[in-house]
Amino acid sequence: MIRGGTIVDLTGTQVADVLIQDGVVATIGSKISSVPAGTVVLDASGCVVAPGLVDLHAHLRQPGREEAETVATGARAAALGGYTAVVAMPNTEPAIDCAAVVREVLDLGAGSCCDVRVAGAITVGRQGRQLAPMAEMAGLGVQIFTDDGCGVQDARLMRRAMEYASALGVTLAQHCEDASLAGGGHMHEGEWSSRLGIAGQPAEAEELMVMRDLALARLTGASMHFLHLSTAGSLAMIRGAKASGLTVTAEVTPHHFTLTDAEVASYDPVFKVNPPLRSESDVEAVKAALADGVVDAIATDHAPHAQETKEAPFDEAPPGMLGLETALGLALTELDLPIERILALLSWQPADIAGLTAEHGGPIAVGRPANLCVIDPTAKWVVDPAALASRSRNTPYTGRALVGRTRHTVLFGEPVVVNGEAQR
Amino acid sequence: MSRHLLSISDLGADGIEEVMALTDSFVEVSSRAIPRVPALRGKTVVSLFFEDSTRTRLSFETAARRLSADVMTFSASSSSVNKGESLRDTVETIEAMGIDAVVVRHAGSGVPWQVARWLHGPSVINAGDGWHEHPTQALLDCFTIRQERQRRGAARPAEGRPALDGLHIAIVGDIRHSRVARSDVLAFTSLGAHVTLVAPPTLLPPSLVGWPVEVSHDLDSVLPKLDVVYLLRLQKERMLEALLPSLREYTATYGLTRERARLLGDGALIMHPGPVNRGVEVAAEVVDQPSSVITQQVANGVAVRMAVLYLLLGAGVELVAA
Repeated sequence: MIRGGTIVDLTGTQVADVLIQDGVVATIGSKISSVPAGTVVLDASGCVVAPGLVDLHAHLRQPGREEAETVATGARAAALGGYTAVVAMPNTEPAIDCAAVVREVLDLGAGSCCDVRVAGAITVGRQGRQLAPMAEMAGLGVQIFTDDGCGVQDARLMRRAMEYASALGVTLAQHCEDASLAGGGHMHEGEWSSRLGIAGQPAEAEELMVMRDLALARLTGASMHFLHLSTAGSLAMIRGAKASGLTVTAEVTPHHFTLTDAEVASYDPVFKVNPPLRSESDVEAVKAALADGVVDAIATDHAPHAQETKEAPFDEAPPGMLGLETALGLALTELDLPIERILALLSWQPADIAGLTAEHGGPIAVGRPANLCVIDPTAKWVVDPAALASRSRNTPYTGRALVGRTRHTVLFGEPVVVNGEAQR
Repeated sequence: MSRHLLSISDLGADGIEEVMALTDSFVEVSSRAIPRVPALRGKTVVSLFFEDSTRTRLSFETAARRLSADVMTFSASSSSVNKGESLRDTVETIEAMGIDAVVVRHAGSGVPWQVARWLHGPSVINAGDGWHEHPTQALLDCFTIRQERQRRGAARPAEGRPALDGLHIAIVGDIRHSRVARSDVLAFTSLGAHVTLVAPPTLLPPSLVGWPVEVSHDLDSVLPKLDVVYLLRLQKERMLEALLPSLREYTATYGLTRERARLLGDGALIMHPGPVNRGVEVAAEVVDQPSSVITQQVANGVAVRMAVLYLLLGAGVELVAA
C-alpha cells in the first residue's frame, strides 16, 4: 500500500493511494480505508508515485569483473535509483554472446532488487567479425543487441546484422564510434585536449557511425537504437532521420547533459568516459534534444570500475562512470523539464524501446504489475561515493548537491527499497 | 611560491623572474671548485622516473646533490611498477620513506597532478608529463635566452619590462606532441615575447583557441624576423601515424638546413631541448655554429633546477658557501 502520493504516469496525474496485492495493483483511490491486516504501508506524502524507472544501459560486470560490480550490487544500486528494470550490457568476460551466458546473467538477476534483463552481443565475442547467435538469445527474451564498448566497424557486417535481426523482431543498438578516426583518443578532441596534451577523439568519430547506421537503417528497414549520443551533430542527424520517417530511437546519459570536457583539467580519471565528456555547446544540444523529444530515453551507461584501475594515469585508466544512483536526481535537478517529461525519458519510453511495456513503465492501473517507484522531488541530498550501493566508487559527482531522490521502490509488489534503504 | 611546481603557469611572470634571478647565483656556485652549498642538507629528493630520460634525471639529481640534499632514484624498470603495483601505491610507498620532494617524469599527461593529490607532505616537481608540460625546461630556456642575449650585447628590456619583452620567437616542429612547446609558449609569452608556431597542420594541436600565438607553415618567411628559433625533436615514428609523408620531406620544408639558417638575422639564437636528430630538424653544421646555444641550455639546466629545489624546499635557509 502506497499512501498519500501523487500518481504520475503516461496517462496523467492524480492524487491517490495505491493498494497492491499479489504483485499487481489491486485498488487505486483516494484514502483507501479497507486494507487487509498486515499490509505494509509506504508513506508517499509529498511524493510522486511513478512507474519504476527503466535503464537501457547498465554495465553490471558479471561474469568476469566481480571486483567492480556484481549483478546483485548493480541491481541494488538500480533499485535505490528508482529503477525496476535494467538492461545489462554484454561486454562481460566472457561476453553475453550466446544462450548460456544470457541464462547465467538472468539467473544471477533472479531474486535481486531489480528486474535484470540482458542485451546480447551482435558479434561473437564482440569481435566484430562473425554474427552472434541472435535467434537463440532472442528465444530467451533478449530484445536488444549491441557490441557496446565498441561499435561494429565493418559496414557490411552491420548491414547483415540489421537484415538478420529484422526477422527476429529485436532492436540493434549501436555504440557509435569510428575506431580509426577516434584513434584511441582518451577525451573529446578540442580546446581542452589540445591544452592538456591528451590524445582526443573528435565529435566526428561518433557522427560518422551515426551517419553510416542511418544509411544502413534506410537500406535495410531495420529499427535502430543509438546508444549514449553525445554530440550536437549526432542529435541533428537523429532529428532529421526521425523527420524522414526512419524507425530510430536515441538515448543520452546524465553525464552528457551535466559535465563538459573542462572537467578533465583535473586529470582525474573519474572523468574519463566513452563517449567522452564533450564541449559546452554539445551539452546544450543534448539538453535541447531532451526538451524537444528527439531523444527518447535517458540511460545511465553505469560503468563501475575498481578503485585501483581509476588510480592510474589518465590515458591508462578505463573509461566509465557510475550512474544508476544519481541519474534521477541529476535529471530532476539539472533539466528544466516537467516531471512527467523526465519520467517519460526515464521510464515508459525506455520500457518501450526495451520491449518491457507489459511489465514496466506503467501505466499504473488496476491489474498491472506493481513495478513502481516513489520519488520525493524536493529531497535535498549530496552525492557521497562511500554511501553508494555499487561495489565501485567512480562517480564524477562527489559532493554535488541534488534535489530529488527515490524514497521507495516496489518490484512486482515487493518493497525492495523503503525510505531509501535497500531491502535485499 | 606554492608547494609544487607542476605547470609553468604556477609561477607566473614574477615567479619565472624570481627563479631566473636565483639561477644567476647558482650559475656562480656551479663555477666554483667545489660546486656545493649546504642549503638542503638533511632533505631527501626522490627522482621518480616512469619514462627513461637520463639527461633530465641526471640534471635534477646533480642539482639536488649540489644543494647537499640526499637523492634517491626510482626508475620504473627497476621497480614494482612492473609487478602490478598501482601508481598510487608506488607514490604512497615512497612517501612513507620520509621524503621532501618528488621529481616526477611520466609518459602520461597529468600524472604529476595526480601524484600531488595523493601526497600529503612532499613537494612535487614536474619533470615532464606526456605531451603536456615540462616547466623546468621552459625555465632553463628563458634563462638561456636572457643570459645569451646579455653575453652578446643585445639591448636589455626597458626598465620594468619583462625579460623577453618584444622578442620574436618561433617554435618549429612537432608542437602537437611536445610538452616543451606547451610550457615554452606559456613561459615566453608571459615574459613578453611574441611566439610563432611553425609546423605542418598535422603536427599542431587540434585546437589553438586561447593560445597567445601566431601560426605559420612557411619557415622561410618567419626566420628573418626572429630573435630565437626553437627547434623541436621529431620522433621518427610519426610517419607511421600518417602525420608526415617522410623525414626527407619534413627536413625539406621545416628543417633548419644550412641554407635556411642564413635567413636568420645577426644575433638570432638557435635552440633545441635535445637530444638532437642531426640532419632531420636541424643540419649538423648548424648545431655547431656559434648562434646555437644548445649546449648552454644543458649547462643551465642544473642551475635552474637548483633554483627550483631551493625555492620549494629551502625557504628560510641562508644561501652560504660550503
